[in-house]
Amino acid sequence: MLDVTGLQKIYRGKERDVEAVRDLTFRLAEGELACLVGPSGCGKTTLLKCIAGLMEPTSGTVRLAGRDVTGPPPDMAVVFQEYGRSLFPWLTVRGNVELPLKEKKLPKERRAALVAESLEAVGLADAAGAYPWQLSGGMQQRVAIARAIAYEPRVLLMDEPFAAVDAQTRADLEDLIRTLWHRFSMTVLFVTHDIDEAVYLGQRVLVLSSSPTVIQDDVAVDLPDERDQLTTRADPRFTELRGRVYAEIQNAKRGTAAATTD
Amino acid sequence: MSVSDAPAPPRTARKARTGAGPLLRVLQVLLLPVLLILGWWAGSASSGSFYMPTPAVIAGTFGDVWFGERILTDALPSIGRLLSGFALGAAIGVGLGVVLGLSAPLRAFSEPVLEFFRAIPPPVLVPLLMLLIGVNTPMKLAVIVSGCVWPILLNTIEGVRAVDPVLTDTCRCYGIRGRRRLTTLVLRSASPQIMAGLRQGLSIAIILMVISEMFASNSGLGYAVVEFQRSFAIPEMWTGIVLLGLLGVVLSLLFGLVERRVLAWYHGLRAVTRDG
Ligand SMILES: Nc1ncnc2c1ncn2[C@@H]1O[C@H](COP(=O)(O)OP(=O)(O)O)[C@@H](O)[C@H]1O
Ligand SMILES: [Mg+2]
Repeated sequence: MLDVTGLQKIYRGKERDVEAVRDLTFRLAEGELACLVGPSGCGKTTLLKCIAGLMEPTSGTVRLAGRDVTGPPPDMAVVFQEYGRSLFPWLTVRGNVELPLKEKKLPKERRAALVAESLEAVGLADAAGAYPWQLSGGMQQRVAIARAIAYEPRVLLMDEPFAAVDAQTRADLEDLIRTLWHRFSMTVLFVTHDIDEAVYLGQRVLVLSSSPTVIQDDVAVDLPDERDQLTTRADPRFTELRGRVYAEIQNAKRGTAAATTD
Repeated sequence: MSVSDAPAPPRTARKARTGAGPLLRVLQVLLLPVLLILGWWAGSASSGSFYMPTPAVIAGTFGDVWFGERILTDALPSIGRLLSGFALGAAIGVGLGVVLGLSAPLRAFSEPVLEFFRAIPPPVLVPLLMLLIGVNTPMKLAVIVSGCVWPILLNTIEGVRAVDPVLTDTCRCYGIRGRRRLTTLVLRSASPQIMAGLRQGLSIAIILMVISEMFASNSGLGYAVVEFQRSFAIPEMWTGIVLLGLLGVVLSLLFGLVERRVLAWYHGLRAVTRDG
């Protein structure tokens, strides 16, 4: 479904070049929910922008469903790290969610149905007429998610979407992502710097090393599909997986290769 | 005053804000104009200067001068030219501003020339435009446009350049381009700066409307004021000045109404970020 091969990105600066990403190769299967975890500044946003076709890699390729990504693909949606700034402050919540659908030339009834369905899915049916700046951070984040879902993407990319919301909201939103992923059967790539979140959410966790960035480890999360904030996080297997991801990130800092034991 | 009287002032202040609020507001708005008129009255009455008629004389003359033929021959044509010139300046300023704001190479290419033209005081163009175009309405419009276009153009360029890159990425990601991108992203996000430019442009347009009529003309508010002055019709001349002042106030109020609608989101957003 999504193939990233030998991806490298170097930002050319006046004084010095920054190699944000050195060499990334991985593949996501159709309908997979994968989490990408790595320390701040390791190039997660850079990688996501390359996958989304918003930025050209220095070398390497991104392929989506067998096609090279050279610009933003039509069936991909992105929830940006700066979600508050990604909403149009002059449009209402409804207007924000509907805008991409207008560009898709969907008929009016279909648009209205998609907007209603996605706002209902994120629990914001009542806020359709409000402006984004009238909402709390967590609600704005859900508007951004609703907009992405209403777009009916095959691939959804999310860049540290919950970094700036409080713990309770964050737990709710994590469960929301799992629910939406089940309901709309998309391929999801979820970027975070939070190890617990990555293990709780994903079927798989890709661990990035710190800069110069490579894939440090690829951990399959063999937790039951039905996840619950209390029981899943108390599961010994959860603790084990979290420990492994943590150890890999520590290894990455020291520059040792991926542990081979499971 | 005893110590127990101390908390009294806040209480009266609070009362003033609720109960006597509207009355106080009216007083606030009217106090200074009334004082100025009274001061003028006292000054003009005591000096007895021929060139300084009392407000009563001016008010008495106002109706005779303007509520007759002159409203058709002078006032309305002036206002018509003012509004058309301003509209033309706005269209050119915003249109060109969007193009230049979106294209860094074009901006670099045209910047020195723009700086030069912007530095020319527009009234100095009047003699030139009279030669090139003649003494007619197009010349007057050209004078108005040549002055009011600059703040609109420069503010639009700045506004368009300052579009949030996250919103730009959002549009790219959702395939929003062309006209929809222009209207929902570019123009809307630049609208606070565009409105600021339009407001400045409007005041300049009023000034240039008058100036364009003062040089060589046979109608208009600027022409009327100069004509009255030449024929020593001093109270009439004063009514022209008062009318221009009133015109400015009314246009500014109307502009404020439009702005409040267009920028409602912006003021709401700013109020939230200030409090939060
Ligand atoms: N536009 C840019 N120009 C130059 N350097 C950049 C730019 N964007 C990011 N970087 C650098 O690339 C590295 C990776 O950044 P980023 O992808 O934002 O990391 P992350 O999202 O993991 O925090 C950082 O060192 C950052 O300073
Ligand atoms: Mg980032």
